[in-house]
Amino acid sequence: MKKEWPLWEVFIRSKSGLHHKHVGSLHAADAEMAIEHARDVYTRRNEGVSIWVVESKYITASDPADADPLFEPAKDKVYRHPTFYNLPDEVKHM
Amino acid sequence: MQTHDLEKNFQQKIDAEVKIEPKDWMPDAYRKNLIRQISQHAHSEVVGMLPEGNWITRAPSLRRKLILMAKVQDEAGHGLYLYSAAETLGAGRDDLVMDLLNGKAKYSSIFNYPTLTWADIGAIGWLVDGAAIMNQVMLTRTSYGPYARAMVRICKEESFHQRQGYEIMLTLAKGSPEQKAMAQDALDRWWWPSLMMFGPHDSESTHSEQSMKWKIKRKSNDELRQAFVDATVPQAELIGLKVPDPDLKWNEKRGHYDFGEINWNEFWNVVKGRGPCNKQRLDARRNAWENGAWVREAAMAYAEKKAARRMKQAGEEAA
Repeated sequence: MKKEWPLWEVFIRSKSGLHHKHVGSLHAADAEMAIEHARDVYTRRNEGVSIWVVESKYITASDPADADPLFEPAKDKVYRHPTFYNLPDEVKHM
Repeated sequence: MQTHDLEKNFQQKIDAEVKIEPKDWMPDAYRKNLIRQISQHAHSEVVGMLPEGNWITRAPSLRRKLILMAKVQDEAGHGLYLYSAAETLGAGRDDLVMDLLNGKAKYSSIFNYPTLTWADIGAIGWLVDGAAIMNQVMLTRTSYGPYARAMVRICKEESFHQRQGYEIMLTLAKGSPEQKAMAQDALDRWWWPSLMMFGPHDSESTHSEQSMKWKIKRKSNDELRQAFVDATVPQAELIGLKVPDPDLKWNEKRGHYDFGEINWNEFWNVVKGRGPCNKQRLDARRNAWENGAWVREAAMAYAEKKAARRMKQAGEEAA
């Protein structure tokens, strides 16, 4: 079996001032080719001003099965949100 | 958790419209069903380039040629979005391609019909892409996240495909009597195969019921086909073309068009590989795969050589 080109994840910044956002993946022999393929596959209609690629095997993801305990600490802390606080109506903007 | 609890949990998520993502638990059958459907969809995009590519060198103007090239490039892109969606389910790219090349995986039968005249390019954009859009708009809400996201991108791009096809038909229909006849001939040949794209009747469709329960599909083959007929017939009338179906009639009571029965013998023949171009299409894909092998290998060897050189340099600098 011949070696398959590795898989890369592609992130695109759609315009200056915005985050790079994951758009999908593709196969390429190296990073340079991954950028060129990403341009052809994911930005045919001016969707981007900048591209990041990273080989998929280097991404560590949280386990969805552990999502509950992982995110549980934030769940009971409503006081982190501004709407938790009752202020007099006279205070218009705060 | 026991498998049956996991399955219950999974169905609850589906029922609550929570998308399933790659690392989430899913039943094996859901995974297999999706890999089959997404990869067939990807193969269809890729094989779909062949009948259209046939006309790039003979497009009647530079404008039409540029548009057609852009459309064919889009189809390649769509194939790639879909292959990568299938890969999130654990399928290997090369394995998917091999399944196509050895005939194990299917692709949309519509691409086994030949493109005889320039009007066929118009008919394909208008009817074939139009039919595909019906299906794809539904799939933007499919339960598997990566598939749904790929569909959103595809639908955005697909709309130009249909409009450019209809524009070709419109231009021909307004042209000389010969041009109009060419447009009508293309409609005559592509109408029925386009209706076949929605697949067998609901009562005959093997994967439909489970797919609906898992919300992979949200509308049945027959519902989508009806929606396509309802949308397309007035478009044909508008440009003075006649849909080749003597049974086609507006049904006031149903609020839909009634239409004739599809030739299912033809449908199954083409699905089973006996269409006019099945062999030609697969041969073209096999040639592309085999003749491209040295490029894939050379690119990989070059990348490895460059990486090794960089490692060596880094080592020397550190020393």
